[in-house]
Amino acid sequence: MLQVDISDALSERDKVKFTVHTKSTLPNFKQNEFSVVRQHEEFIWLHDSFVENEEYAGYIIPPAPPRPDFDASREKLQKLGEGEGSMTKEEFTKMKQELEAEYLAIFKKTVAMHEVFLCRVAAHPVLRKDLNFHVFLEYNQDLSVRGKNKKEKLEDFFKNVVKSADGVLVAGVKDVDDFFEHEKTFLLEYHNRVKDASAKSDRMIRSHKNAADDINRIASSLYTLGTQDSTDLCKFFLKVSELFEKTRKIEARIAADEDLKLADLLKYYLRESQAAKDLLYRRSRALVDYENANKALDKARAKNRDVLQAETSQQLCCHKFEKISESAKQELIDFKTRRVAAFRKNLVELAELELKHAKGNLQLLQGCLGILKGNT
Amino acid sequence: MADTARDAPPEQTDFHELEDGEELFPEPATTQESQPASLAAEDISTNSNGPKQDSLFDDDPEDLFAEATEEVSLDSPERDVLLSDGPSPAITPITPPTSVITPRIGHTHDDMFTHSSFDEIEEEEGGDSFDIHISVSDPEKVGEYMTSMSLFKRNEFAVKRRFSDFLGLHSKLASKYLHIGYIVPPAPEKSIVGMTKVKVGKEDQSSNEFVEKRRSALERYLMRTVKHPILLKDPDVLQFLESSELPRAVSTQALSSAGLLRMVNKAADAVNKMTIKMNESDAWFEEKQQHFENLDVQLRKLHTSVESLVCHRKELSVNTAQFAKSAAMLGNSEDHTALSRALSQLAEVEEKIDQLHQDQANADFYLFSELLGDYVRLLTAVKGVFDHRMKTWQKWQDSQMLLQKKREAEAKLQFTNKPDKLQQAKDEIKELEGKVQQGERDFEQISKTIRKEVSRFEKERVKDFKTIIIKYLESLVQTQQQLIKYWEAFLPEAKAIS
Repeated sequence: MLQVDISDALSERDKVKFTVHTKSTLPNFKQNEFSVVRQHEEFIWLHDSFVENEEYAGYIIPPAPPRPDFDASREKLQKLGEGEGSMTKEEFTKMKQELEAEYLAIFKKTVAMHEVFLCRVAAHPVLRKDLNFHVFLEYNQDLSVRGKNKKEKLEDFFKNVVKSADGVLVAGVKDVDDFFEHEKTFLLEYHNRVKDASAKSDRMIRSHKNAADDINRIASSLYTLGTQDSTDLCKFFLKVSELFEKTRKIEARIAADEDLKLADLLKYYLRESQAAKDLLYRRSRALVDYENANKALDKARAKNRDVLQAETSQQLCCHKFEKISESAKQELIDFKTRRVAAFRKNLVELAELELKHAKGNLQLLQGCLGILKGNT
Repeated sequence: MADTARDAPPEQTDFHELEDGEELFPEPATTQESQPASLAAEDISTNSNGPKQDSLFDDDPEDLFAEATEEVSLDSPERDVLLSDGPSPAITPITPPTSVITPRIGHTHDDMFTHSSFDEIEEEEGGDSFDIHISVSDPEKVGEYMTSMSLFKRNEFAVKRRFSDFLGLHSKLASKYLHIGYIVPPAPEKSIVGMTKVKVGKEDQSSNEFVEKRRSALERYLMRTVKHPILLKDPDVLQFLESSELPRAVSTQALSSAGLLRMVNKAADAVNKMTIKMNESDAWFEEKQQHFENLDVQLRKLHTSVESLVCHRKELSVNTAQFAKSAAMLGNSEDHTALSRALSQLAEVEEKIDQLHQDQANADFYLFSELLGDYVRLLTAVKGVFDHRMKTWQKWQDSQMLLQKKREAEAKLQFTNKPDKLQQAKDEIKELEGKVQQGERDFEQISKTIRKEVSRFEKERVKDFKTIIIKYLESLVQTQQQLIKYWEAFLPEAKAIS
């Protein structure tokens, strides 16, 4: 049994510290339950070590969690601080509360994404046994994983360029195996469409947030109008202001839930489908190597030179390719199962939340209308 | 949307008073097509304008008409939409959109279209739909049906008016009533940009919206004007509502010399205002002015926020539509059948929701935003009225000071031996005394009028805001109800994924 979660997290000026908590009955660990503190770079180190490990070439490597990004939120809080003089105390307090809530939401999200990564690794029958993973979980000192310096980042960049150029070449190789041929076509298209859907869902949700902010300002203005007015309208305005205060909280919640259940889902499967594509690429690469090794062997046999060498090489390539193919097939099937389950869960939850919020809104609106109409 | 912009409750069209045995229009119970014959028969130039007019123009070779056709046909589809939205036959304008095209129409259009291209040509709708309201009149007038209706020759009628006609009407009313303390509702503003787009014949979303926006604004303007008991009886207003043809309003062109003159005068007024220091003997006025000042500030702020909401909701609608398409594509490429279907369903739901957002944005605008915009402009008129009172006071004070001077001069003249000069001085003093008395009377009158007007204005304001905000909330209710329907339909689809 191996259970991993992030039990706590601390946000400091420019970094987040995650407390990774493990419960395990495996003999590999000294204790049954323990915790360590890790930062984002250490998660990346772990992910990259998987990617670079030839043994894992046949698996979908769980995508790395995105870097915690509080820049936008921090900027907004700063702007708010600068503009403090230009708004009333109530407005300032309100805006501050909202920005803090936004900050908290981003924080929760980044914790969730780091946790998901660890859980995926822990759930994988092979990866969970990885030594680096155990070190990550257990070693209670800093892993001294410095971030990549400029030279290394440049190297990465070139590696990616080569890989995508290669990927195009390799993708052109028609696969004998129907299953993989289908998967290749499917994943290519799927990945692009998930990317598009993810971007569009983000835009939609942002508009929703903007509208909720407007309703917030409207509520404030109505409140001021209500306190100033000497006619019958003062009570009216105050009631409507109260209503809009409540409905806009719901609207903000809707945007947040859509973000969680829809946008995050799409973003995650964007990364996973990329990881799956990477797997297919590695397999194609191995296939190409295998075919090249075959050709080399034929040539060697023809010239009767270095035959043994060629034979070993060919056997290695064959073995590598078959190993990758076998595990890849299972990985891709598992990917589909996971994907369908995740979409189902999130779409159901999304619909349920949308319903809950719409009903909440409706109740508030009808309640208020009843009162307003009764009084006029 | 059109119906929500109209205030008049439908039931009042049961009013079938026949004035002087005059024939009432056959009630446009179902279709609007029933009108033509009776219209043409009546000796009124209830010129029907409508979509079919373009067919008439085909006959006319004049280039000018080509441009005009664009405009008219731009109106027409709008009108069709608007009119078919009518909640009840009573509200449906008499003037049918599809209608008889008598040769006379072409002739009238001749006049319209050959004139300067600055003036906009449109807003028959404003005139028409408004007239329905006149005949249904507000409830307070129930007792006065006979008397007020006798002001009109007919009970229900429609006339064609150009936008400049509305501006002309306002201009006349303002010059007659503002300076004596009546709050004259301001007319909708000219928009050169918007109108140019329409003229150029861009038959697109934004120019359609512009036309509808203007139509709605003109309707509200007229409604406010006639709700005013004094203005309703004004002959200019009556002529505007009834006459088949109005003399063209010339000084309303945006870039005309008259327009520039007005701007200069406004600036001069502003400067003058700053230099008048009035001894306010009546705290009521000071208090009210302050109140309106505060109200103005707050309404403007609220208006800005609501405009922002309209904008963001429209954005939301667009982005939702785009997401829907994207989700549909994703569903297509998903190779798990049940999930693929669910994603397509999601796309459909989002598409319906984007339409919902669009409709809500329109309600945001036509109900809430325009209400606020109207009141911001009305408050300008209110402030103007207070300013006029100050000017009146100033005039009175000036006459008094002049009288004082003349009296001093007369006293001096008493000691000199210039009998005719003395007599002249005495005459001047007599005149000035009269002026001073008049000045005082004017000041008292305007103060009295303003008190009444402010009271009426506030009552109207309360009513307006309550009515419209309730309508707006009802639109929000509808949106939520629809949302619930859509998501309830989707939920089982999502659960069906296996």
